[in-house]
Amino acid sequence: MAEERTPHGPVHVEGEVVATKRVGAYRHLTLTAPGVPERFRAGSFVALSVAGHVARRALWVHRVRASSAFGPTLDVVLEVRGSGTAWLAAQPVGAKVAITGPLGRPFALPKDAVSCLLVGEAYAAAPLFPLAERLRERGCAVSLVVSAPDEHHLLSALEARRSARSVTVLTADGSVGQRGGVPDHVDDLVRRSDADVVYAAGPVEVLRSAAAAAERAGAWSQVAVEVPTPCGTGLCHGCALPVVGEDGVDRVVRACTEGPVVRGDRVRWDTL
Amino acid sequence: MSTSLRMLPGPVMVAAGCGGTGRELLPFAGPTGLEGLDLVTRSITLDPRSGGTGPRVEEVSGGLVNAVGLPNPGLEHFLATELPWLVRAGARVFVSVAGATMGEYADLARRLSRAPGVAGLEVNVGAPDEAGAGLFEVREPYHAASVIAAVRREFPSDRPVLAKLRPDVSRVLEGARACHEAGATAVVVGNAVPAAFRDGRAGGLSGPAVSPVALRCVAEVHHALPALPVIGCGGVHDLASARSFLDAGAVGVQVGTALLHDPTTVARLRADLLPAAPPPPEETP
Ligand SMILES: Cc1cc2nc3c(=O)[nH]c(=O)nc-3n(C[C@H](O)[C@H](O)[C@H](O)COP(=O)(O)OP(=O)(O)OC[C@H]3O[C@@H](n4cnc5c(N)ncnc54)[C@H](O)[C@@H]3O)c2cc1C
Ligand SMILES: Cc1cc2nc3c(=O)[nH]c(=O)nc-3n(C[C@H](O)[C@H](O)[C@H](O)COP(=O)(O)O)c2cc1C
Ligand code: FES
Repeated sequence: MAEERTPHGPVHVEGEVVATKRVGAYRHLTLTAPGVPERFRAGSFVALSVAGHVARRALWVHRVRASSAFGPTLDVVLEVRGSGTAWLAAQPVGAKVAITGPLGRPFALPKDAVSCLLVGEAYAAAPLFPLAERLRERGCAVSLVVSAPDEHHLLSALEARRSARSVTVLTADGSVGQRGGVPDHVDDLVRRSDADVVYAAGPVEVLRSAAAAAERAGAWSQVAVEVPTPCGTGLCHGCALPVVGEDGVDRVVRACTEGPVVRGDRVRWDTL
Repeated sequence: MSTSLRMLPGPVMVAAGCGGTGRELLPFAGPTGLEGLDLVTRSITLDPRSGGTGPRVEEVSGGLVNAVGLPNPGLEHFLATELPWLVRAGARVFVSVAGATMGEYADLARRLSRAPGVAGLEVNVGAPDEAGAGLFEVREPYHAASVIAAVRREFPSDRPVLAKLRPDVSRVLEGARACHEAGATAVVVGNAVPAAFRDGRAGGLSGPAVSPVALRCVAEVHHALPALPVIGCGGVHDLASARSFLDAGAVGVQVGTALLHDPTTVARLRADLLPAAPPPPEETP
């Protein structure tokens, strides 16, 4: 059986929207997707089909529930940018959506109970919440940083206060929390959290500054990179991610299979 | 069915460059996995290629424009890792070969002829942007025919060599005839159609948008050369689109872009189109 050969492999299923809610600038969808929540690990993503479009739309998984009135579910956070995200955000409760997942390499978890700094910008902070829970279960001290251009684009960190020892909020316009972006504060945050591992998710400047700050502090980093993923499943080789391999040789790997989470010191940021 | 037809793949194949390394298809291949799956690899070159680092694929109405740049690990690494895995998984592997010179095509064919488990070769003689991809330029039918002849000389005659042609209706018939005469077992009619990204970069258009173009080419080739097996390729995504190629005379179809949209497409089409397993043989006296 295929299941036996690939016990953790992704599945392609018909999901259903069971809840939809506008929160600030975002649309949160709760979906059933038989088999996906059960296999999910923080940092993996799902690919959704959009009516009339050939390419898939990749989305982070914000949370999974093992059981609910609808069975296992997963939540995604949508920022409407183009026609695909607009279509998805408009789907009502009961709408059917083809979902493939979980896809890609998730965040690597430390073996020991170490200090972890989690830095996420805008909707891309989504996968850090389930990560914080996993880390806390392992006894890690978790410091969570959520940042956004403004209050509207900030993912609520209220729930994360259970899993995180400290939560820091940054907004570029200073509307809530500290003023500024991740690059302005990250060295200080790494120092204060005494981080052994820095996890980052967000646009390239955020990832790059977090990886550099980790390196300066002698910490490891794990970054969740977003490059356009036409299929998300590893089939098209369309999601080029330039890295330096373990052997020191420059390579271009598929972001959807070798990533989306990779070691920050391995990314060739200048070619990205 | 003639011997040459029996060694042909079909009726549903994975098109070159749309099945990853094959491993990524396994979770979506259904209960029998890759067993018996006719799979064309992404085009393999002698030396490794990393492909382009810029945006490689752009979505357009009804399809995709791609300029992936033939990323592949090179023949040696392919022979050492990807091929053995595919063979062990039970796939019928058709290796797509691409080269910058006639000599490279001949080299590829010679070394692949000795590799265990290669069911056949597919020769990419119709890439949408050969100059950009650094490939031997096939401008005239005799260019394609010379490549096929070079490959055929090095590859055992009991295994198929497929010539993959550009779906250009003004040239496809001459190309098919020339490749047939040069020893191609069958022709794959359809590839990504020369196109451009929105910023003007050269690429190839694939997906449902190119289906009618490929269908016209298949019909013309089959009509003029009924003895030459034709495999249709372009925008096949469901039973109806596959049937339209088979009705036009194709012996099989290849599925590319549809797999990127729904990785289970080939498994479903195989279930629909493959004859059910034959009944157990009667006891022989
Ligand atoms: C691993 C990963 C996780 C993501 N998670 C989320 C998330 O949780 N929430 C969210 O709102 N968005 C997320 N994105 C970005 C989201 O996939 C794109 O914004 C979306 O594909 C754009 O689609 P569109 O049709 O709205 O935009 P259009 O501009 O109409 O898209 C056109 C094409 O470009 C591609 N594209 C454009 N921008 C991007 C981009 N930044 N990343 C990937 N593909 C792009 C689209 O997939 C599509 O093929 C994620 C992207 C990746 C790679
Ligand atoms: C992302 C992508 C990569 C491809 N790579 C190759 C390749 O390496 N070699 C080749 O002969 N064709 C390649 N093709 C062309 C396909 O095999 C196929 O001929 C073409 O896309 C038309 O069929 P389709 O509409 O079903 O995709 C590629 C197509 C796509 C979309
Ligand atoms: S998105 Fe297709 S291989 Fe990564």
